[in-house]
Parts: sequence; structure tokens; C-alpha cells
Amino acid sequence: MNELIEAVPFLGKRNPRLAKWLIIILALVAPLIAAYFGRSWMRILDFALLYMMLALGLNLVVGFAGLLDLGYIAFYAVGAYTWAFLASPHFGVHMPFWIVLPLGAAFAALAGIILGFPVLRLRGDYLAIVTLGFGEIVRIFMNNLNHPVNITNGPQGINALDSLNLFGWNLAQSLSFGDFKIHYLYLYYYFFLLCVIGSIVFIKRLQISRVGRAWAAMRDDELAAKAIGINVRNMKLLAFSLGATFGGVAGGLFGSFQGFVSPESFSLMESIAVLTMVVFGGMGNIAGAIVGALALTALPEILRNIALPVQEALFGTVILDPEVLRMLLLSLAMILMMLLRPAGLVPAHARYSRPELLKGGA
Amino acid sequence: MIKLLEARGVGKRFGGLTALSDVSLTINKGEVYGLIGPNGAGKTTFFNVLTGAYIPDDGEFVFNGTELPTGKPHLVVQQGIARTFQNIRLFGQLTALENVMAGHHIRTKAGLWGILTQSKHAIEEERLTTERAFELLKYVGIERFAHTICKSLSYGDQRRLEIARALASEPQLLALDEPAAGMNATETSQLKVLIEQIRHDGITVLLIEHDVKLVMGLCDRVAVLDFGKKIAEDVPAVVQKNDAVISAYLGGPKHAH
Repeated sequence: MNELIEAVPFLGKRNPRLAKWLIIILALVAPLIAAYFGRSWMRILDFALLYMMLALGLNLVVGFAGLLDLGYIAFYAVGAYTWAFLASPHFGVHMPFWIVLPLGAAFAALAGIILGFPVLRLRGDYLAIVTLGFGEIVRIFMNNLNHPVNITNGPQGINALDSLNLFGWNLAQSLSFGDFKIHYLYLYYYFFLLCVIGSIVFIKRLQISRVGRAWAAMRDDELAAKAIGINVRNMKLLAFSLGATFGGVAGGLFGSFQGFVSPESFSLMESIAVLTMVVFGGMGNIAGAIVGALALTALPEILRNIALPVQEALFGTVILDPEVLRMLLLSLAMILMMLLRPAGLVPAHARYSRPELLKGGA
Repeated sequence: MIKLLEARGVGKRFGGLTALSDVSLTINKGEVYGLIGPNGAGKTTFFNVLTGAYIPDDGEFVFNGTELPTGKPHLVVQQGIARTFQNIRLFGQLTALENVMAGHHIRTKAGLWGILTQSKHAIEEERLTTERAFELLKYVGIERFAHTICKSLSYGDQRRLEIARALASEPQLLALDEPAAGMNATETSQLKVLIEQIRHDGITVLLIEHDVKLVMGLCDRVAVLDFGKKIAEDVPAVVQKNDAVISAYLGGPKHAH
């Protein structure tokens, strides 16, 4: 939270309390503002929260533990497909969310460990290549496991996934109190918001603990980390599996929200997009992951809404498709970012201790 | 005297190069034991084999009566041996305090569940770790930089911080790899005071050092390595006059004096 507060431009340092309330209020009213611009914006906002969870989880692996993972989306896929298998007409199984979500997280964590073991000795570029391969393998499996036995329904994907049902309260149905109606997108927004807050709390606790310090030590100097008694193997596996857990939960939520999963949602580009969010926001700090996810989910959509009318007004026709423009501008943004703020929008000054625990200390 | 560490016929080869051959030595509890020798004599290799960074080809280490595991650095630390590095290796993005706290890792137990739920035990352990780390910073005399990112400390303070980090693992044997390298005379004499204090507090010190004055003034006993072999072991005054040692250092004929 403190990192987020400091990340607020201008106010963050001058008036942290005001900044804090600003963030809280913004988080609460964001869907109302989005609704003013249309339903699609509310949907985008919901996705932004999912991406935040992903970015937070990946940041744990890349930013804290220093393990470059280019196949992170695979864990998202594992979570989403777990939901699809256990809560959809595909197999005719309809389990409640409190079984499916933890199971998805557990499967993702298991996948994280399976990925973790062979790459224990790898670092940097080599690690990136293997994880990239892992991500692709998972996607290709999903794509082809429809023959001879149909498990994943192949490229067509699985649809009509169960929506989130919180103990009998279906989030996909709008609430209505007489004339007053609350659209289901709001419900999802607040539920996802809770999940994101929960993730932040958990990650913050991990960060300021012996585990967080061990990860940071490993990231900064693996040899020295070993020499002070850190079991690097276990810590790496822990980072992979915990990071994957967040991906798995986000994946399950994605499945329930979207109601449809197919392998193309889990392409390499998605992995890179999430990594870009982490790097763009600032590696190794929670605020960075959040700001990065928000910025990189919203910007392309804003662009889409601006690019078309502007081009039509200027040239009379649409010359550049927004999709093309999006990749172009995203790359440009990344290049500028690396030149001007290489440490990201919110440069990391993540802390791994609580100095206030010192009685009368400096 | 009680034996703390015993090296028995330790050997290590890198391809055709014999870095250590049949090195045996005994370190007693409570002493400062010096390991000297010309560049490339195998001192640091000895450290690396001892602390589990390398697996020895021959021989073994016996620490406190039990054989040390090889190739598992964290288990060696668990047993009570901590080390520093010749070229300072701190955790660059952490503050001085956090570096020392990280060093305490092996003596803490909080599990994942305890951390995530912030159990009483985990909170208490975190508080103790913080306090203990601050005490250690005081001990080496850099507590005023507790919340400074360690990279911005001065060279001498970084060396001290590395020692504090090693002490945080509560070792019985502290292995210092050229702690005075790159230090000026004042810093070196302050370091000497610190090492004496550490010994006084009951921690045995194994010291690799180039600074002969420091070694001679500080060590109870000294072993000399040359081309991976131990060529002498005795109190400093005797080693100083050993012909083999003199020729190893000066490269001259045996009687060069």
C-alpha cells in the first residue's frame, strides 16, 4: 500500500494520507466511471484486475526471485482449463468455486514445480528460453488434446463455463432491488478487486519475511545466497510454484468471467504482455505490477477508441488498423520507457524489512 | 585444546590443474587461524571446498566431530561455518539491515503458512531477526547505515557489513577471505580490532590474508599453502623463518634470506 501511495504523482510524497484515500476511492468508483463510457469499459476494467493478479504473480517470480519466466501464461491456462473441466457442461461436472479455484491454484503450483525442477541450474537467457518452451508446450497440448480422446476440445475451446457462484449467489446475474439494478460486471469487478487486494496482502507479507529476503538475496547474488545458508533449490521451486498459484487463480477467474476458454487466449504474446506489464510498471515492486497492468490494459483500448475517429477526421478513411497501431505504439512505448525510465514507471524501492520493529532504533 | 575443524587429505583438481593436494590441517576452538600463500596457491579453493561451493576430489572435513556434507553450502552453514568473499558479494538491492537479516535465514523457521497468516510465532521471529540484525550492525560499527542500500556504503563498511552478515548465521567458525584487501591502514587496524573482538566473543576465525603484518599480529597459528600443498604450519614467528615459506614467497633458492 505504501508503495502505491508513493506512486501517486505529486500527492504521494506531500500528502500520503490524501493519496491513500484517493486510491481507495478510485478503486471503489472506477466501475462507475467506466460505466459512464460504456459497458465495454467495465469489461476492460475487470480484465485489468485479472491482469493485475497475473502481473503480481509474475512479479514475484521475475521481480523478487529474479527468474525470468517467459511462459507464465501457461499457469493461467492451467487455472482456466481446470475451471473448464470441473465446472462446465464439457464433462458435465459442475463443482462449486471453492473447490475448483483452489484445485486450479494447486494444479498451477504443481505445474510450477514441474517447470521448476529442470530449470534449477539455468539462469538468464537460458531460463527464458526453457520457460518460453514450456508455455508453448502447454498451449500446444491444449490445442491437440482432442484426439483420440477429446479432453480439451482442441482449438475450438470449451464454452458455457459456469459463472462464479458464491454459495448460491451467481455473480453473472445482475442484482436488482426493485427498480435499482446492479449490473453483473460490477459484481465481478468488486470480487476481482477483493482477489487483487488479497494477492497484494499475501505478496507483501511474503516480501517482508525470511522468504522474501531469501528471494532477493538469490536474485542479487546467488553464490552469496548459498554461502549464507539459503537453500537456493527450494527457494526457486517455491517462487515458481507460488507465482504459478496466482496465475492459476487468475486463470480460474478468467474462465468463469469469460465463460469460454480456448488455447489462443494463452499464446506467447500473452506471456510477453504480462511480462511487459511488470517491466513497464517497474520490476520487483507491487505498485509497479499494478500500475503496469492497469496502464497496459487500458492504453490499447483508449487507443482503439481514439485512433479510428482521428484517422477518419484527418484522412477520411482508416489507414492503419488499430490492431497494427497498437503493437506499433506499444513497442514505441517500451523503447521510450527503456530510454527514459529504465527502472519502470514506479522504480522499485521495495523493502524487505520493517524498521519500525526496532525499539528506539535509527 | 578442542579441535573444531579438521581437514583430512583434502584434494581438488580442475582438469589437469591440481588446486589442492593432500591438505590436512586442524583448527582449534577459539583461535584465529591464518591461511596464507602466494597468489594461486589454492587458499580460496580451500575455502570453496570447505564451505561446500566445490566438491572435493579427495579427503574430508570433520567439524565438531561430524563429517561435513560436500557440495551443499546451506548445510555447511547450518553446521556453523560462515564465510565472506574475497570480492565483496552483498545483496545489492537490500539495505544494510536487510542484508544482515538475510544472513539470519538459516536460524529462522517461519513456514509459508505462518508468514501468510502472520502467525504469532512468525511475527515474533521477524521482530527478533530485525533486532538481532541491528545489534550485529552495531557490533561491526555501521548501525548508522542500517537503512542505506548497501551498494552506497564505503568499501570498508561493505567489508564490515559482509562480516556482520556472516555472523548473523551464528557460526562457530567464521571464514574470512582476504578481509583487508583494498583497505587503507586505518581501516585495516580497525578490522584487526574487530576480528580480535570476534575471537574474544568465542568465535573461531579462519583467515585468508595477504597482509602479512595483519596475519602475523593476529593469528595464533598459520598454515602456508603453495601450489596447492601445505608447506608449513606453526605459530607465526616460526613460519616467518621457514625456508620453504620464504622461497615460496620470494621465489628464490631455499636459503635466500
